[in-house]
Amino acid sequence: MDLDTIIQVLDSTIRLSTPLLLACLAGLFSERAGIFDIGLEGKMLMSAFFSAAVAFTTGSVWLGLLAGVAASLVMSAIHGLASITFRGNQLISGVALNFLASGMTVLIAQDWFSQGGRTPSLIGAGRFSEITLPLAETFRPIPVFGPIYADLISGHSILVYVAFACVPLTWWVLFRTRFGLRLRAVGEAPEAVDTAGISVTGLRFAAVMICGVLCGIAGAYLATGLQAGFVREMTAGRGYIALAALIFAKWRPWYAMGACLLFGFLQAIALRYQNIDLGAFTVPVQFMDALPYILTVVILAGFVGKAIPPRAGGEPYVKER
Amino acid sequence: MTTTAPAIELKGISKAFGPVQANKDISIRVMPGTIHGIIGENGAGKSTLMSILYGFYKADAGEIFIGGKKTEIPDSQAAIAAGIGMVFQHFKLVQNFTVLENVILGAEDGGLLKPSLAKARGVLKHLAEEYELNVDPDALVEDLSVGHQQRVEILKALYREADILILDEPTGVLTPAEADHLFRILEGLRAEGKTIILITHKLREIMDITDTVSVMRRGEMTATVKTSETSPEELAELMVGRKVLLRVDKVAATPGAPVLEVENLRHTDSSGVERLKSISLNVRAGEILGIAGVSGNGQSELLEVLGGYRDATGTVRVNSQNIDLTGRYSDGQSRRARGIAHVPEDRQHEGLIMPYTAWENTVFGYHRDPSWQKGLLMDNAAIKAEAAAKMERFDVRPPNPNLAARNFSGGNQQKVVLAREIERNPEVLLIGQPTRGVDIGAIEFIHQQIVALRDSGKAILLVSVELDEIMSLSDRIAVMFDGQIMGERLPSETDQTELGLLMAGVTEMPARASTGQSNGAEAQT
Repeated sequence: MDLDTIIQVLDSTIRLSTPLLLACLAGLFSERAGIFDIGLEGKMLMSAFFSAAVAFTTGSVWLGLLAGVAASLVMSAIHGLASITFRGNQLISGVALNFLASGMTVLIAQDWFSQGGRTPSLIGAGRFSEITLPLAETFRPIPVFGPIYADLISGHSILVYVAFACVPLTWWVLFRTRFGLRLRAVGEAPEAVDTAGISVTGLRFAAVMICGVLCGIAGAYLATGLQAGFVREMTAGRGYIALAALIFAKWRPWYAMGACLLFGFLQAIALRYQNIDLGAFTVPVQFMDALPYILTVVILAGFVGKAIPPRAGGEPYVKER
Repeated sequence: MTTTAPAIELKGISKAFGPVQANKDISIRVMPGTIHGIIGENGAGKSTLMSILYGFYKADAGEIFIGGKKTEIPDSQAAIAAGIGMVFQHFKLVQNFTVLENVILGAEDGGLLKPSLAKARGVLKHLAEEYELNVDPDALVEDLSVGHQQRVEILKALYREADILILDEPTGVLTPAEADHLFRILEGLRAEGKTIILITHKLREIMDITDTVSVMRRGEMTATVKTSETSPEELAELMVGRKVLLRVDKVAATPGAPVLEVENLRHTDSSGVERLKSISLNVRAGEILGIAGVSGNGQSELLEVLGGYRDATGTVRVNSQNIDLTGRYSDGQSRRARGIAHVPEDRQHEGLIMPYTAWENTVFGYHRDPSWQKGLLMDNAAIKAEAAAKMERFDVRPPNPNLAARNFSGGNQQKVVLAREIERNPEVLLIGQPTRGVDIGAIEFIHQQIVALRDSGKAILLVSVELDEIMSLSDRIAVMFDGQIMGERLPSETDQTELGLLMAGVTEMPARASTGQSNGAEAQT
């Protein structure tokens, strides 16, 4: 395997990791605040559709991104209303939102574009273009570092850089700011937050909304960056893989990046090596496509160790008498 | 001085939850620099009153004055701003945060944590020196002992510059030594002019530390008196509404042959820690053997091994018959068949199934008894009738067998467990923490039942962390420390000081007269 191949696979890894990473960080904010969110998938899907639809209609990918984030925020608001305000079951609310997204996107797409539940392909300003970092061509002749910089680090859409910048940002917010301290506290011991005179509801809504924004960006990236347009169920379980990565990462931002890169790498491998010929028999393409999901289960079952979720996670807060 | 305004004054506070009047026209005045006790049985309305003070509930009627000024307290934020700090019975701490993080939570100085943490570190150091409130600021709360966690709660309140500190049942979870330390802290705070409100149901604490005391009963304030002008007996009567016998009324034991014999009992728990290190003891017929000790020194494991839900090595005999300590005949079922009844320490998790009705709870463990069967089915009618009779005899209130166990108060839950175990007429009764969280009126009744069982010639093994209870109920006292029996004493020939030393693992009593008087030893220190 030569350097070019390695770089190509890693380049693909970064692209495929990006939506996972955004969704994973989205889940991290929500779950750290004690709201389990199985509806990452649905939010991404909603955002993917609306970003693609608006980007196609207006011809501006930025308006598309805004629309995607807005759609995801609406979903977040519903989840917040159901699980925080009305103290409903967070899993059920999340599952319901996933169903809603799955059906609504196709329905609206068909009604809007009549192309069998998809949006038309995006072209030009309707997609996020790739950014060439400064000096990429200057460095290219340098052995090893040149190609890595020019092909691997440079040449991604803005959202990829945003996603990776969100990792240190998330860490900093969670562990270095007042908001982060309170957010972590409300996921561990909401009664401590409540008796300290801080609104549990307010904090949890803030977290759920941040989750909505990040899922929105993730969905927009799927439809306008990674691919050119929306197709039905295009999230393909990424929301669930992001949740798995979150557990694998033990709800920590840097670990989350590692976990998402690993899952992205598995997807990149599956994409590149569709048929592996082992001489005696050929590994079928279906197996390779399923591999990332199989490995997700294996990793979760075998390698996570003791993952302690936020203590108050999944529990609606009811003031004690 | 008449010019000093009370630190806190409540006028005519009333609060109802639906048809239940939790607080009825309550008025108190607490002067600054004093410790004021509020005593009352569970459900008397103490916690509701404090929740109103801390902004959790809004009173239906009444006024609150802080430092002479009328103050509205709509939420906790307002209470904190008014200088009120609260130490809840169940701590409100974030377990995986450090002490510092817990202290600043909600009282940060700005958007970034660094300056707040640095400031808190300095303040904590200062408070530690001033009030013996030593806690490692960088320790995780989950690694701290219960006593230290409580100090974090007090530090939280002081960091917010509270002048009025409310403590709700603060010693319920503490060892005697930790409780003593807490009281020293409270005395230090009082000396600095802080006002302290202590909510408790323990008469001894009220007598030991408070300046004034209010008694609550059924939502009403029945009396407010100077502590120096009252007595435990008077307070108990005010709490319960009738005369209460604080002492256990019993005649000397007339023990017979040993019924329960334990030799060389050893138990290692699942994490590999040896919890019981060669325990030997015996309990004779018509005798109560009390096991004293700070909680966590193996008493719970001893009860659980004898009760049949932990494996062990060694020998246990009941009426000279060996009992299996491992294998398939070592379980609660087999133990009960051999005449060992068990009232577990944790009645809510081990003694009862909380969502189940009282009548169902009265047969658990004995439900395979043929007398409760009708063919293949349970004879529910018979069980229910018998349950009603048991509840009548054990004065369970309300005497309604169809009520879920969780709807009874702590004392009445315990009576249900006792009724189930005692009425089977066991040879040996194992009983752990018989009166934990139980009202004073019910304590009297439970103690009477235990003594009555003893007088009928049964062997009773009593485990309690309440030294008073051990001293007054036991005919013989064994002290446990670190999985071992440190010694046995007769209640008439020992005192709290000696037992306290044994509980701390000190067996040698230097410079101590053998007559059992403690004053001499204390004077020398």
